[in-house]
Amino acid sequence: MSGLAAIMAGVWALIDEAPTLDQLALGLPWLKWHLRIDPLSGFFFAVVGLLVFAISLFTPGYLREYTRHDRKLSLAALGLFTGLFILGMYLVLLADDAFVFMISWELMSVSSYFLVAYQHLNAANRRAAFLYLLMAHIGGLAILLGFGVLAGFGGSFTFEAMRATELSPVWASIAFALAFFGFGMKAGMVPLHAWLPEAHPVAPSHISALMSGVMLKVALYGLIRFTYDLVGDIQWQWGLVMLVIGSASTLLGVLYALLRDNLKRLLAYSSIENVGIILSGLGLSMIFIGTGHDVLGVLGLIAALYHILSHALFKGLLFLGAGAIAHATHEYDLNNMGGLIKRMPQTAIFFLIGCLAISGLPPLNGFVSEWLTFQAALQAPALESGVLRSIIPVSAAVLALSAVLAATCFVKVYGVAFLGVARSRRVAHAQEVDIGMRLSMGLLALLCVLFGIFPSTVISLIDAVPMMLLGQGPPSVAVHGWLWLTPISPKVASYSAPLVFVAVIVVALVSYVLLHARALKIRRAHPWDCGFGSLNSRMQYTGTAFSMPIQRIFAPVWDLKEDIEETKNPKQPLRTEGIRHQLQALDKSWSRLYEPIGNLVLTTARQVSRIQTGSIHTYLAYSFFTLILLLWVVT
Amino acid sequence: MNTVALEFNLDWLMALIQTLLFVAMAPLLLGWIKRVKCHMQNRAAPPVLQPYRDLIKLFRKQTVIADRASWIFRSTPYIVFGTTVLSAAIVPLVAVDLPTAAIADVIVLVGFFALARFFTALAGMDIGTAFGGMGSSREMMIGALAEPVMLMAVFTLAMSASTTNLSEAVTYTLKSGLVLRSSFIFAALGLMMVAVAEAGRVPVDNPSTHLELTMIHEAMILEYSGRHLALIEWAGFLKLMIYMVLISNIFFPWGIATELTAEALAIGVVAITAKLALLGVVLVIWETVMAKMRLFRVPQFLGFAFLLSLLGMLTHVVLETGG
Repeated sequence: MSGLAAIMAGVWALIDEAPTLDQLALGLPWLKWHLRIDPLSGFFFAVVGLLVFAISLFTPGYLREYTRHDRKLSLAALGLFTGLFILGMYLVLLADDAFVFMISWELMSVSSYFLVAYQHLNAANRRAAFLYLLMAHIGGLAILLGFGVLAGFGGSFTFEAMRATELSPVWASIAFALAFFGFGMKAGMVPLHAWLPEAHPVAPSHISALMSGVMLKVALYGLIRFTYDLVGDIQWQWGLVMLVIGSASTLLGVLYALLRDNLKRLLAYSSIENVGIILSGLGLSMIFIGTGHDVLGVLGLIAALYHILSHALFKGLLFLGAGAIAHATHEYDLNNMGGLIKRMPQTAIFFLIGCLAISGLPPLNGFVSEWLTFQAALQAPALESGVLRSIIPVSAAVLALSAVLAATCFVKVYGVAFLGVARSRRVAHAQEVDIGMRLSMGLLALLCVLFGIFPSTVISLIDAVPMMLLGQGPPSVAVHGWLWLTPISPKVASYSAPLVFVAVIVVALVSYVLLHARALKIRRAHPWDCGFGSLNSRMQYTGTAFSMPIQRIFAPVWDLKEDIEETKNPKQPLRTEGIRHQLQALDKSWSRLYEPIGNLVLTTARQVSRIQTGSIHTYLAYSFFTLILLLWVVT
Repeated sequence: MNTVALEFNLDWLMALIQTLLFVAMAPLLLGWIKRVKCHMQNRAAPPVLQPYRDLIKLFRKQTVIADRASWIFRSTPYIVFGTTVLSAAIVPLVAVDLPTAAIADVIVLVGFFALARFFTALAGMDIGTAFGGMGSSREMMIGALAEPVMLMAVFTLAMSASTTNLSEAVTYTLKSGLVLRSSFIFAALGLMMVAVAEAGRVPVDNPSTHLELTMIHEAMILEYSGRHLALIEWAGFLKLMIYMVLISNIFFPWGIATELTAEALAIGVVAITAKLALLGVVLVIWETVMAKMRLFRVPQFLGFAFLLSLLGMLTHVVLETGG
C-alpha cells in the first residue's frame, strides 16, 4: 500500500514542481534530519512506488508456495527486511543532507543483504550475499568520500550548502569520480558489475524485481542528484567517461546475458545492459551541457529518465514472470522449460509484452527511450570537437548492436521457455499461477504498453525534472499535441506511437478479414519438418544452441571453457555412442579484475599477519614501542 | 487540436494510394528480378507475373498447421505483414511530403523490421522443430550484425540532412543537387550490402533453396502453408522492395514528385520504375557472380559493410562538417 501513497506523492511532486522541505526531529539534537521532495525525487518516488505496488499484489501468492517448499525460512524476517529495504529506498530519495542520505543508503544496502542471504542454506547464496555486502560497502565508502569533498568546501552536510558551493574544476572532478565510482558500482556498471548477477538472482523473485527494477534506479538517482544538482557545474569530460562506460556496459551486459541459461541470472545481466543505456543517455546529456548545448542536454536527460521508468516496468515484469515460472515449475534453467504458453497462457502474454519492451521494439516503452537516446546522439554535429562528433555516433552504433542482441536474447528466452514442447516433466504439468500474481504482471504489462503508446503525455510530466535541474524543459516535445512525439522539431524527427499502434492493428485486421472472407478451414496436422521423421522434445534448439552463433562471433568477450566427451564402443571404434557437451562462459571481469584484487588483498593480509606471533611478549613490546613513538610525536 | 492531423483530404488519400501501389508492385519487382536472373543464367524464364500467380495459388490453398502450434504461430503472419506494410507506408515512393512519412522516421523503420524479425523468429521456434530453431538463431545473428550497419548508414545521412525523417532527407538530397559526397558513397555501399543480407539474398541466404544446412529464412517459415505462407512471402517481397526504394530514393532521388500534380506524379512513377528496374539488374548481376557463402563467413561480410558505413560516418564527421 505504501506503493500507492508513493505514486501519489511522486506524481504530485512532478506536477507541483515546488520543492517541499521538512525537518524531522530525529537523529542527534544538533543534526536535524533534512527531508525534501522535489520533482527529481518525486519522479523516482513514483517509479519505486509503481513497482512496490505491483509487487505487493504479487507477493502473497508467491510466498505461500515458498514457505510450503522450505519450512526453515521465516516469513516474518522476509517481511521485516523487505519493509526496511523499501523504507531505505524512500528515505534515500527524500534525504536532503548527506547524513540522512548515507544512513538510509546503508539501511537499503544492509537490509537487502539479508534478503539476498534469505535462502542461506545454500553456500553459493551466502557467498553471493557476502560479495554483495562487500561491494556495497566499498561503493558506500566512495560515495561518503564524494560527499566529504562537497561538505569540506560547503562547510555543512546539508545539500543546501553543497548546492551553493562553487568548486574548483579539479575538486569537482574528484568528487564526481568518487560518486561515479560509488553509485556506478551499485548500479552495476562494467567493469564493476560482477557482483550484480551473483546477488540479484538468488533473492526471492519479487525481491530480485525490486533490486533490479528500482534499487539500481536509486543508485542512478544518487548519481543524477550528485552531479546535476549538488555539483552543478558539469564538464563534458565527465559525460565522455560516462558515455564510454555506458556503451561498454550496454554491449557487455547483453553479450553476457545472451550466454546465460539461468533465467534470473540472464535477467540480472540484462539489467547491466539497461543501466548502460541509461548511463549513455546521461553521458550524452552531460557532454551537451558541458559544451553549452543545454537544450540537447535536456533531451539526453529525458531519454535517460524515460529509460529509467521503462526499465523499472519491464524488468520488474520479467522478474515477476520468472518468479511465476519458478512458482509453477520450480525451474530456473531455460533448457528444462518449453511449451509454457499452453500451460500458463496469461503469464505468457504478459511475459511476451515484457520481452518486446525490453528488446526495444515499437510501439512499446523500451523503444521510446531508445529512440530518444538515438535522437540525442544524432545531434552530435552540433558539437565543436571532432573527436566527440565521431565518438558519439559510434556509441550510437554500439547501442543499436546491443538493442538487436537484446532482441536475440529475449527471442531465446521466450522461444525456449514458452514455445515448443516441454523438456521436463514438471514443466509439462505446470499450472497457471493465482489471480494476484497475474494481476500484478498484467498491471506492469499494461503500463509498458501505455507508456509506449503515449510517450508525449509521459514526457510532459517528466519535464519538470530537467526544468528543475537545468532551468529549461525539452524544446518541443509535444508541439503537435499528444499524438506526436517531436523531441527537437517536427522537421527533424517525429514519431507517433498511437498512430503506429493503430495502423499495425488495422492492417493486420484488414488482411485477416479479407483472407477469411472465403471460409477455408485450417487443418491441424503433425509438424512437417521437411519430411523428416518423428520429433521429440530433445530435438528442439536449446538456449545454448540458440546463442551459439553469437558466442562464436564474439568469442573473445568470455572466458570460454568447452568440454566435449565422447563415449565410444570399444568394439566399434568408429561409432560414437554418446556425447557429453559442457560449456562454461565465464565473465571476464572475474579473472581480470576481481580475482587479482582479491588475491592482492589476501597476500597483503598474509604479510601483515606475520607480526601476529601469538606471544604476549611481542605484543607488549609492540605497545611499548608504539607508546614511545607517540610520545615522541606529541613532544 | 493539432494542424498536421487535421490536414486529411488529398494528402492522406495520396499516401494511402502510394502505400497500396507499393504493396501491389512488390511481387512485380520480384518477378522482374527472377526473369532477368534466368536470362542471365541462360535458363528459361518464368513470366514477370509469376509471383502474383504463386501468391494467388497459396491464398486458395488450405492452410495446414502443426497440432502443437500456439497463437504466436497463427498471428505472426498478420503481424509481420502489418508492420511491413506500415514500413512501406513511411518510405517515399513516388512523392515526398506525404503525411505518413511523419508518423515514423527511419529509426522506427528499423524498429519495424526488428519487430517483424522478432515474431518470425518466435514462430520458427513455436513448433519445436530443429529446423525452426536453427533458422531463428541464424536469422537473429544476421539481424544483430546487419541492423547496426543499417543504422550507421542512415545516421550518416541523417547527420548531413540533420533529420531522421525520410521525406525530409530525400528533399535535402534533392536540394543539395548532384554533389559527389564520399560519405554518401560509403553509406550507399554499406546499405546495399545490408539490403542483400536482410532480404535474404545470395550470398547470405538463398531464397530458392530448401537445402537443410544452408537455409536461414526458409528454415524459420518451413511449417507455414496456405494463406499464412502467402502473407509472409508477400511481406518478404515488400521488404526487398523497401530496401531498394530506400537506396534509390535516398541516394538518387531525382524524378520523385515534390508536388501533387498529375504531371509530377507521372514522372515520379516512371522514375521510380526505371530506378528499381535498374537496381534489380544490379542485384541480379551481383547474385550471378557471387556464390552463397558459408554461415560463419557472413559476419565478415557484414563486418566489411559495417566498416564501410563507419568510414562513411567518419568522413562525414571529419571532412564534411569540420570548420
